[in-house]
Amino acid sequence: MLSIKNLQAGIDGKQILKGINLEVNAGEVHAIMGPNGSGKSSLASVLAGRETYEVTGGEVIFDGKNLLDLSVEDRAREGLFLAFQYPIEIPGVSNINFLRTALNEIRAYRQEPPMDAKEFLRMTKEKQQLVEFDAKLVNRSLNEGFSGGEKKRNEIFQLAMLEPKLAILDETDSGLDIDALRIVSNGVNKLRSDKNAFVVITHYQRLLEYIVPDFVHVLYNGRIVKSGTKELALELEERGYDWIKEPAYSNS
Amino acid sequence: MIGSRNRHILTANMIITTTLYDQLSAQYAERETATAEPWLSRLRANAFASFTANGFPTTKNEEWRFTNVTPYLKEAYQLQPAAPANGGSAIDLSALDAYEVVINNGIPVELPVAKGLSIHSLKEAANSPIVQQYLGQSINLSQQGFAALNTALFTDGLLIEVDKNASIDKPLLITHHYNAAWPFFAQPRLLLIAQRSSKLSVIERYVVDGQAALFVNGVTECVVAENAQLDHYHIQATPTNFHLVNFTQVSQKADSLYNNHTYTLPGASLVRNNLHLDLQASNTESHLFGLYLAGGSQLVDNHTLVNHANPHCYSNELYKGVLADSARAVFNGKIMVQLDAQKTNAFQQNNNMLLSDKAVVDSKPQLEIFADDVKCSHGSTLGSFDENALFYLKARGIGEDSARNMLVKAFAFDVTQQMPIAAVRDCVEALITQKMESLYDRV
Repeated sequence: MLSIKNLQAGIDGKQILKGINLEVNAGEVHAIMGPNGSGKSSLASVLAGRETYEVTGGEVIFDGKNLLDLSVEDRAREGLFLAFQYPIEIPGVSNINFLRTALNEIRAYRQEPPMDAKEFLRMTKEKQQLVEFDAKLVNRSLNEGFSGGEKKRNEIFQLAMLEPKLAILDETDSGLDIDALRIVSNGVNKLRSDKNAFVVITHYQRLLEYIVPDFVHVLYNGRIVKSGTKELALELEERGYDWIKEPAYSNS
Repeated sequence: MIGSRNRHILTANMIITTTLYDQLSAQYAERETATAEPWLSRLRANAFASFTANGFPTTKNEEWRFTNVTPYLKEAYQLQPAAPANGGSAIDLSALDAYEVVINNGIPVELPVAKGLSIHSLKEAANSPIVQQYLGQSINLSQQGFAALNTALFTDGLLIEVDKNASIDKPLLITHHYNAAWPFFAQPRLLLIAQRSSKLSVIERYVVDGQAALFVNGVTECVVAENAQLDHYHIQATPTNFHLVNFTQVSQKADSLYNNHTYTLPGASLVRNNLHLDLQASNTESHLFGLYLAGGSQLVDNHTLVNHANPHCYSNELYKGVLADSARAVFNGKIMVQLDAQKTNAFQQNNNMLLSDKAVVDSKPQLEIFADDVKCSHGSTLGSFDENALFYLKARGIGEDSARNMLVKAFAFDVTQQMPIAAVRDCVEALITQKMESLYDRV
């Protein structure tokens, strides 16, 4: 589904991603871990198409298409979803209107007719219950005055509504208390299927007790320096990142 | 170089004003000989003297510093229109259930009948005591050249009176309809009196057919009597051949409420809205909401004055603007708090969003306070699209144009949500979308 080969990118001439390789197949959950500043969020931003990043090398193939050639909105329409680390507050744009616009633009891109109001309402209700998102928040302005946890839950609600092929969760767990974490994780687990895939970026192993990954990758200094199964996350929790940093230097 | 350019402009200016002067003077002389009530003759004579003393304002006049009207007066304007008007509407308010009155090229043609509401042609009602009591009484004509000119020479318009204690069940929709075969200089006049404890919503909109240049020098005077409520909407989305200088003077009596919603949407080459509120007694409440969206080479100028002359009055003003291309906007908002106006609450805010490097805003919030126990604030901001918000919307599959449209609507939301009539709000929001779409293409 997603094939990243030797991806290099940076900001203002400063290289941050120094050759990332990653293969994600349908039905898989990949966790990307790593210390602060290792490039985790940069990878998410580059995949989503944030313009502040300049891609200097490598390629990303998403479902047979060259992802890096697509505009931000077309990446989303092709089925890529980024759950933001810091969701934006937009006063004056209602959550529901935002979702209806997004959903219908995605449908138009796929040459499907717009969803009728009744069906949209039914879907909203169903998904909102599925991910335990407060119905009151659905009609409010987008993220305006939401708590940190509510914003993260709104990201998962959007994820449920837009049904992407590939979802990248960028530190969705940071700042969440254990109840919010459980709700967010339950939402993701309910949405997992053999047709979609998740890349879960996290700083804490805690999340992976709830969302159990098929693969764990460690990102350090702009490269994936170690890959393994979920046991790797436990090892990282116990031993920290220092033991992993060494091979990165010796390899380079 | 600069000297010779100035001389050139001055010469052009004199020619223009001479042509229009000739016509206006001839029209005035003609008026003089016609029979009129002595009070009206006196009012018109004073007004015309005020106008001729200074002529059309130039940029040397502080109130017109950023708005040079001279180029817009260059057309060979006639004081009489040619063709009768009919045709389509640029502002679709068909969803609105309202009493409707149409003013064709400045002349009212359809006068609705409604309980508690009397509507007359101002020309026909010119001799009535109520017109004598209020017409031109609260405008400072010596300072307002355009309003003085209108006072001297208006030919017709409307007298609208809401009876004491009458709460009018439906809004009154006034359509200013223009369709002139040649360049036309129009001077409509409205006098609106909401008597004690009455309530009315009035919507003024502009519809323009035809290509000929139009210059409308309009004056609306509103009197909101004790405990009365007037909701006043002023909406225009006219084409580029339209030029508007409008003066709205509002006199508020004790315990009255006046809400103004002024919308200037992309189109007209020149719009100058003057809105003056005179708070003539205590415990009044006033809200001034304005939105201006401009593109092309439009010039949109909003001048407001809220004169707090009495204690315990509340006024709140919020004007927002979005500018594309090489559009220019002026916001000049003045709050006066006189010595006697203790316990005044007066707030003012102007926010602007620029979509192009060539767009210009001159924002001039002014606060003059002579009382010592008041709560006042004013502020002005300037920004462009929030790139993070734009990215967030696009990352959900929303295209560039839709995303920009959502952000403009969101920016305007604080203003648009203040319109209590849903049909008007929906109409304005649809207009914003429609008018802004053509601007994004050029961003």
